[in-house]
Amino acid sequence: MNLYHYASPSTFYPLAGKLVPWFAALAFILTIAGLYIGFFVAPTDFQQGEGYRIIFIHVPAAWMSMFIYVVMAFWSAIGLAWNTRLSFVMARALAPTGAMFTFVALWTGAFWGKPMWGAWWVWDARLTSELILLFLYVGVMALQAAIDDPRRADRAGALLNLVGVINVPIIYFSVKWWNTLHQGSSVSLTRAPSMAQTMLWGMLIMALAAWMYTIAVALVRARTLVLERERQTEWVRVQLEGQP
Amino acid sequence: MIWESWQAFWAMGGYGLYVWGSFGVTLLCVVAEVGLLRRHRLQVWRRLKRMKSWDIQ
Repeated sequence: MNLYHYASPSTFYPLAGKLVPWFAALAFILTIAGLYIGFFVAPTDFQQGEGYRIIFIHVPAAWMSMFIYVVMAFWSAIGLAWNTRLSFVMARALAPTGAMFTFVALWTGAFWGKPMWGAWWVWDARLTSELILLFLYVGVMALQAAIDDPRRADRAGALLNLVGVINVPIIYFSVKWWNTLHQGSSVSLTRAPSMAQTMLWGMLIMALAAWMYTIAVALVRARTLVLERERQTEWVRVQLEGQP
Repeated sequence: MIWESWQAFWAMGGYGLYVWGSFGVTLLCVVAEVGLLRRHRLQVWRRLKRMKSWDIQ
């Protein structure tokens, strides 16, 4: 398989167009399944009652917020190293969705914190580092939007992206490194999860749904960026004859 | 998990505001993102088509 073939915008555009409906459909089906498990299968928590059900969006959203940032930084690094156009496009296409998930993680966290801790917000290491992540996403997008020349905008954004990636392990390990109000992780790779099986499944399916959603919207955004950037080329002229 | 009634479901054992406040805003965010993305794509498409017809690329 020749990867360079897929790195060419004219190959990427139609391929991504074919993939989008599949990822969107998977996201939809998984969301329905995840919500069903979350609301109708998973039992009531013995400590938090029904309030814990926020977990089914809070944890997937928080995972995505960190993961998307890392993927963005990966594409930025590839773009800076090899100057591949499509890498910068991918990095850009992910930013708004990453920011959205970060906001959702913070919002649902607040709505969980209020009934359980008695506060919408505390300046705890986990919460503060997640808020910094939101500022990083917004900062990268603002920086890219502020520079007219797309090549310079890409490089500047990618650089900020790479500097900011240091924040991700800080968020992840914050509950271990500092004394935080936020609880430690219930799911880890090294030990058995400390939660009911059905709760865990609901959460994992919702996380998978979030992944599929992210891929679908990022591909649509990347396709639009590719169209704009390649507008002088013949293949875009041919594309424009068809339907959006 | 069997809910006794729809009221019980919406009440979420007294946590209704927090649970639905979380899920509702998440839904809003997703709908907004998809809507904005679709609008942006159509705007770009129309602009590029116009540019093509004027041949000012």
